[in-house]
Amino acid sequence: MNQALAKLTLKDYASDQEVRWCPGCGDYAILKTIQKLMPEFNQPKENQVFISGIGCSSRFPYYMNTYGFHTIHGRAPAIATGVKLANPELDVWVITGDGDGFSIGGNHMLHVIRRNVNLQILLFNNEIYGLTKGQYSPTSQTGTRTPSSPQGSVDSPLSPCGVALGAGGTFIARSIDTEAKHLAAVVTRGHDHDGASFIEILQNCPIYNDGIFEQLKDKKIAANFKVVLIHGEPIIFGLEKEKAISLNRESLQLEVVEVSGNEDKILIHDENNKILATMLATMSAPDFPVAVGVIYREEKTSFIDDSYQQLIKAREVKSSLEELLHSGHTWEVE
Amino acid sequence: MELAEEKLDEHHLDEKEVVDVVVRFAGDSGDGMQLTGTNFTQATALYGNDLSTFPDFPAEIRAPVGATFGVSAFQIYFGAEDVTTAGDALDVLVAMNPAALITNIANLVEGGLVIVDRGAFTAKNLKKAKYECDPLKDGSLDGFRVLDIDISKQVLAAVESFGLTHKGALRCKNMWTLGLVMWLFDRDRQSTIDSLNAKFSSKPEIAGSNIAALNAGHAYGETAELPAGIHVYKVPRAKVLPGTYRNVTGSSALAWGLIAGSELADIDLLFASYPITPASNLLHELATRRDFNVNTFQAEDEIAAVCAAIGASFAGSLGITSSAGPGIALKAEGIALAAATELPLVVVNTQRGGPSTGLPTKTEQSDLNMALYGRHGDTPMPVIASSTPIDCFEVAIEAVRLATKYMTPVMLLSDGYLANAAEPWKIPDVSTLKPFPVNYHSQAEGFKPSLRDKDTLARVWAKPGTAGLEHRIGGIERSYDTGDISYDPSNHQKMTDMRHAKVAGIANDIPLQKACLGEGSGKLAVVGWGSTFGAIHQAVKRARGEGLDVSHIHVRYLSPLPRNLGEILNNFEAVLVPEMNTGQFVNLVKSEFLIDAEGLNKVAGQPFKIGEILAAIHKKLATLESEA
Repeated sequence: MNQALAKLTLKDYASDQEVRWCPGCGDYAILKTIQKLMPEFNQPKENQVFISGIGCSSRFPYYMNTYGFHTIHGRAPAIATGVKLANPELDVWVITGDGDGFSIGGNHMLHVIRRNVNLQILLFNNEIYGLTKGQYSPTSQTGTRTPSSPQGSVDSPLSPCGVALGAGGTFIARSIDTEAKHLAAVVTRGHDHDGASFIEILQNCPIYNDGIFEQLKDKKIAANFKVVLIHGEPIIFGLEKEKAISLNRESLQLEVVEVSGNEDKILIHDENNKILATMLATMSAPDFPVAVGVIYREEKTSFIDDSYQQLIKAREVKSSLEELLHSGHTWEVE
Repeated sequence: MELAEEKLDEHHLDEKEVVDVVVRFAGDSGDGMQLTGTNFTQATALYGNDLSTFPDFPAEIRAPVGATFGVSAFQIYFGAEDVTTAGDALDVLVAMNPAALITNIANLVEGGLVIVDRGAFTAKNLKKAKYECDPLKDGSLDGFRVLDIDISKQVLAAVESFGLTHKGALRCKNMWTLGLVMWLFDRDRQSTIDSLNAKFSSKPEIAGSNIAALNAGHAYGETAELPAGIHVYKVPRAKVLPGTYRNVTGSSALAWGLIAGSELADIDLLFASYPITPASNLLHELATRRDFNVNTFQAEDEIAAVCAAIGASFAGSLGITSSAGPGIALKAEGIALAAATELPLVVVNTQRGGPSTGLPTKTEQSDLNMALYGRHGDTPMPVIASSTPIDCFEVAIEAVRLATKYMTPVMLLSDGYLANAAEPWKIPDVSTLKPFPVNYHSQAEGFKPSLRDKDTLARVWAKPGTAGLEHRIGGIERSYDTGDISYDPSNHQKMTDMRHAKVAGIANDIPLQKACLGEGSGKLAVVGWGSTFGAIHQAVKRARGEGLDVSHIHVRYLSPLPRNLGEILNNFEAVLVPEMNTGQFVNLVKSEFLIDAEGLNKVAGQPFKIGEILAAIHKKLATLESEA
């Protein structure tokens, strides 16, 4: 029964299905990282369930040799909630994208996070609709030219981590598709978290939105454009670690400062500080580096545990159907 | 178009003993008419009459006081013979204010009794009800027995010793009135006294004042000099089968049927729903029943509700979702996912007046087409309908059986009338219900998610947590042989055919259709489905009493239809189909069986009257006669 006794490997987690993403797609890297990571959780494979909506990312469950459910557009969080309510023992993963998770499925995303359902949400954010051939998504930068926005989109993009924080998220993190080590570390921490773990993965679409995260990925320059958050450490970035994030106490806003001469002003990352997390989550170019790592974390009882406790309490006295039908006013006819 | 209606035999309250009576309590939404009606129902059941009730309330929770659109009513039909509707016309109307009078008086039979609270007939209230003259003074009520009492004054005196505020004291008006009506029909007040004591156990002064008002109303009937022709009426007890009885609403019976189904299937239920009138009572009832194998989940929207239910079914529970028309429309994509992935799902549709928001608190049967056809793709699903509040119990069990046995979504049609209406129920012996335990697949060897039972065509149920059965399912078309994604043309044909064959095959697993009243052949069959049962039954019974060759056929299984339905219908010269829609089932009958069936259609937000169906029966038989 318990397969965890024998140590599994990446191969155990690869299904027999041919992977059908475009060559060069960031999804390949994420898939490999997750397949490699799964054995580390040392759990029976039969208890792991991947649930997705619709979109390129949502093909993910077909490639995992676990239980999987490729559902309908935007609804994976709702289906996953039902799975967890039916069987709290299962280790449930929601795989979604920026369109699936924040456009058609935005409502479910808010509520699965608000309820703090114990599961992991991996949001593959490529800032574009891939499967429908390249329309702008709710995370596309304003002005993005696509078949449905030939003059450039006029929508403002939303910040997935910002929305997740606003919805009351208890674990908010960001990583990058090809940064296997960082991604694995963040996902591991998310998996360890009791509650809804929201992990935004910046993912390159080589066909419709190629290179949008290049500044964050190019080893030669990335350090200037992203800041790696580590709990308890100063928030420093730059090729020479020469820049830092500081709080302007006059305007109550973050600002980029030189490390030199400002040592006492540099912010220390505190995962448990929601105000700080909100500011860090929404930092964007060109004025700020993009934050990666665990942005926010909070201990809070989870929806499934609370719901399960109620069930246990309700079932302390086992009721019978016969008693139920005879409850209240009854009368005899001779 | 107004339907032709025949007036039924009326008793006019001339005799001291009457076979059956219709009473309607009407007042402001805040007047407590539903509570009054419920207590009167309880006392009437205990007295031994057969009965049927019809709560009729507005969509507004608390409409402005005295407004006609805020009138809330509770109607009860009770008598010595089998009662299956809430009655056509009123024998007794209790009108707590002018608005309640003006909206209901047209339905009172000639010589009927109207009880009004004179204290509420103020110039202001008359104006709100759009009365130009005071109906208590202008002679417009001359054709009725009128009991106009300053109930407010009587109540204030009766509860004086409890030290309530003026407003608080007047809240006891409904109990005073109930006391009077209980005197009128010789009902015992004890069940009401018990329920008031229980309801207000922490507020003894409220319980005490309400009981005092109840007793005072009763004493008023006993001691006051009432106008001629108003006296105690005796309604003989009904002859019913021996056993233990209770009152039950359709909502409760349906909820308990789902619980019974879960026990018979030996499975946990997840009932996932989003609040909507008139379906919410089902969620409320089941939320208090989590001591059974039931969990409830109030989802963020209708779509999430159906999806959570599907998720639960994937994980090995039975997912159930519930709504009314507009919410069911939102669930359509999810229902098709359950059909594609062959997971069990029960969808309860408590139909209401449409389209759009329509008439949220009123009843209709206009979602049949949506239930039968309202999905994208070629997506069949079984559809069954309950016909009475009691029938909701059995139909709910049947929905659970079909969903789990055939691994398919099932649509259960109820409606606003059935959900709220109550009738006495001879409580079934649950030990006689036949179990249908589900089988989860556990054998890893040779496992494929596409394995299916060769007879039922049901796919295997392999739930997460079972070692060696890890597999993926999804909405993309799957190979018949392996369950893997398949875009193969011939495979899609095969899967489409299989989905149809699976649902069609259920026809071999349901009872053959029988006439529920009359013979299986003859001149005229009146064919119904759903909550029209009561009115059709009474109309056919009366027609047969006149010696007419009429049968009543009531169809529970709407998809697939019973195997012999066409054959039975062909045994009649004519088929009449009364429906609370523009003709959805009659069109199905016509297209399935090429029978020239005739529709009798009413879309007024109100149930059929017996007289409307009786008139149509007479007309149809006359036409047959003249053609012969």
